[in-house]
Amino acid sequence: MAVVVILVLLAAGSVLFHLLSPWWWTPIASNWNYIDNTLIITFWITGVVFVAVVLFMAYCVFRFRHRPGNRAAYEPENTKLESWLAAGTTLGVAAMLTPGLFVWHQFVTVPDGAGQVEVVGQQWLWSFRLPGADGKLGTSETRDISPENSLGLNRNDAAALDDIVIEGGELHLEIGKPVKMLLRSVDVLHDFYVPEFRAKMDMVPGMVTYFWLTPTRTGTFEVLCAELCGVGHPQMRGTVVVDSPEDYQTWLASQQTFSQLMAKAQTKETAQAGNAAPAR
Amino acid sequence: MVDIRSGTDGALGHAEVEDVELYHPHSWWTRYVFSQDAKIIAVQYASTAIAIGMVALVLSWLMRLQLGFPGQFAFIDAERYYQFITMHGMIMVIYLLTALFLGGFGNYLIPLMLGARDMVFPYANMLSYWLYLLAVLVLVSSFFAPGGPTGAGWTLYPPQAVLSGTPGGKDWGILLMLSSLILFIIGFTMGGLNYVVTVLQGRARGMTLMRMPLTIWGIFTATVMALLAFPALFVACVMMMFDRVLGTSFFMPAIVEMGEQLQHGGGSPILFQHLFWFFGHPEVYIVALPAFGIVSDLISTHARKNIFGYRMMVWAIVVIGALSFVVWAHHMYVSGMNPYFGFFFATTTLIIAVPTALKVYNWVLTLWRGDIHLNLPMLFALGFIVTFVNGGLTGLFLGNVVVDVPLSDTMFVVAHFHMVMGVAPILVIFGAIYHWYPKVTGRMLNEAMGQLHFWVTFVGAYLIFFPMHYLGLIGVPRRYYEMGETAFVPASAHTLNEFITIVALIVGAVQIVFLFNLVWSIRHGRDAGGNPWRATTLEWQTPETPPRHGNWGKELPVVYRWAYDYSVPGAPEDFIPQNQPGPDNLTRETAT
Repeated sequence: MAVVVILVLLAAGSVLFHLLSPWWWTPIASNWNYIDNTLIITFWITGVVFVAVVLFMAYCVFRFRHRPGNRAAYEPENTKLESWLAAGTTLGVAAMLTPGLFVWHQFVTVPDGAGQVEVVGQQWLWSFRLPGADGKLGTSETRDISPENSLGLNRNDAAALDDIVIEGGELHLEIGKPVKMLLRSVDVLHDFYVPEFRAKMDMVPGMVTYFWLTPTRTGTFEVLCAELCGVGHPQMRGTVVVDSPEDYQTWLASQQTFSQLMAKAQTKETAQAGNAAPAR
Repeated sequence: MVDIRSGTDGALGHAEVEDVELYHPHSWWTRYVFSQDAKIIAVQYASTAIAIGMVALVLSWLMRLQLGFPGQFAFIDAERYYQFITMHGMIMVIYLLTALFLGGFGNYLIPLMLGARDMVFPYANMLSYWLYLLAVLVLVSSFFAPGGPTGAGWTLYPPQAVLSGTPGGKDWGILLMLSSLILFIIGFTMGGLNYVVTVLQGRARGMTLMRMPLTIWGIFTATVMALLAFPALFVACVMMMFDRVLGTSFFMPAIVEMGEQLQHGGGSPILFQHLFWFFGHPEVYIVALPAFGIVSDLISTHARKNIFGYRMMVWAIVVIGALSFVVWAHHMYVSGMNPYFGFFFATTTLIIAVPTALKVYNWVLTLWRGDIHLNLPMLFALGFIVTFVNGGLTGLFLGNVVVDVPLSDTMFVVAHFHMVMGVAPILVIFGAIYHWYPKVTGRMLNEAMGQLHFWVTFVGAYLIFFPMHYLGLIGVPRRYYEMGETAFVPASAHTLNEFITIVALIVGAVQIVFLFNLVWSIRHGRDAGGNPWRATTLEWQTPETPPRHGNWGKELPVVYRWAYDYSVPGAPEDFIPQNQPGPDNLTRETAT
């Protein structure tokens, strides 16, 4: 009998835990509330099935528990019942899959006119790149990475020279503006993950991956790495700030382009060479 | 339509295969150590698997200590933490679950349940075990190797698995892991071919495929799958080893590691993931299908009722097995593969839910109008249904591509796969051990210890993994040595982590009671007799318990009916063994 009590408690407890516990997702800050909605539909359908199965089991154990003189029924199969159950299940699965695939179609279809931001992962640091005045990200190559060119941009590509490079700093995004996140890694797998955005995608060395979003709420959000990338994995944090259009422009104006960074690195080098000479 | 009715072939003569003296072992060594008897090999497989499983249990304690009480245990640093989770995962999936279900239960039950004297290739069967043992020893040796075992996560994703930012990446760890897997797969192939050929060729007269117990259907299908899936892992291991040792670039693109250009280029890390999951997803069902089969037989026997919808159950096993080869990329929705694959893999993944749900319905419908004996195997079977349904339903979140996006790589995934392929199959393993221990040893396991073991394990495991889903929903990523201060994670989530750790320590501790019971009952258990559960299947009808080498004495059994003639109307007992010739008025056809 203890089994019956425990099964009922378990079903009821799971529902109560779901409804009453303080642990729920963090408020959303992007357009992907479609994902949240699909998740809620899934919670409802699966929750009903779970409670129904467990309570039915509890009832069976209570009603058909062994007592002296009992004998089980003999019923090898019931094709009609089995067909009905198969049909019902198919319907329930379709009710979850259909909205899921519609939303996935949105997820993989980047809207025209979306801005571009490149995220570059390395052990264990986030860097970012924004297209410069020409609105185009220049080409890059892992082989071109060097201490002064940490993202491996192509110095001979005019489109690259005006790109804005943010090494290990904050990324700012403009509220309400769709943006395509282009993801790249120079060493191992990483995953650009901002819980408030709901979206995430792995970053794979040797290729460029992407997802898109529209930020819907200003604020400062933490970037985490969601793909194991070595011992520093949990320390690989970054910051994304969603700004109002004015704040965004102010921030943008204070950033440095690739050519500015190169020039700075060169002066530094010359200065170092100059300083080093007298010491010899 | 295949005929599953009790046969009208009562006139069948006994099989003519004589027990040949030459074939028996003559020394203690060949009887108990280098044994070719599938029953001994089964016990060897099971003991080794349980022993290495205890290592995995201790590792899970250590990682839970770190998650529940971060920073309190100085010896668990980040490197060790990643080594613990990697070894825990790999041991549980490969060296415990796969080995115990196929090597352990497969070896013991296939010949006995099918009425065969042994596996068809006993020598290869013996080699299979010794290679498995060698694989386990190589795996364990990595704990003592310079740099320790690999900390790449059980998925061993390159490039990090072979780079210096990962424990064991540039030391021995990853090489020993890959070597151990290669040995395991070679050993498994020898055993696996044996199981398949024995099922196809070694059945007793009258044992048609559609009269086989579902246990055998589950193990058989899982073995066929494993023979098709493991080669993908095998080549992935060999290729990664080449990348690491010979400097090839199968999985290695151009990489700048900590500011240094590596001499690799052109390889694809995603190729490894495809190979890994082409093995890895079927692997889930390689573990699940034997559990499905075994639990069907436990429920039927202890509810004294035929399994409901036997033919549907067989087809569901086969269909799930086939479909599981076309769903692998649902582990890779956010891997960076072409996102349009998501449509295909989400659809196939959710389709697999239909046959799986039908199996669940048929288990609970078997309880309906049954005569339910709440013996220990039945309790574990009920626990399996609850945890499997729970874990299966959360699979619908993760399989539905877009819902997976926020949840992938979070604790939700950890909770899901532990519930569905950790807790659920292990509850079946426990149930199966309580069920078949009397046949293996001739004695019953102690009931009081068993009750304690069941209640703490079942309720405890649920308390560990059910709330864990909600950590993932908050957004807590998996494989984090420490969460640190993070705005979106409320402080109360930490209390939940402490709670989970405490329950995990208790659930782990109660497994010691189980181990003690296993040893204690060999001498002190209640005498079981030949068929304590009054079951129909052939292994309970052996002339001796425990069965001797050759299983059946002089004459092989002949099978007259399916495995589920429980509570047949008009029969004097509530079960009719498969090898009992029956008057025709007791066939299923006339009974219903």
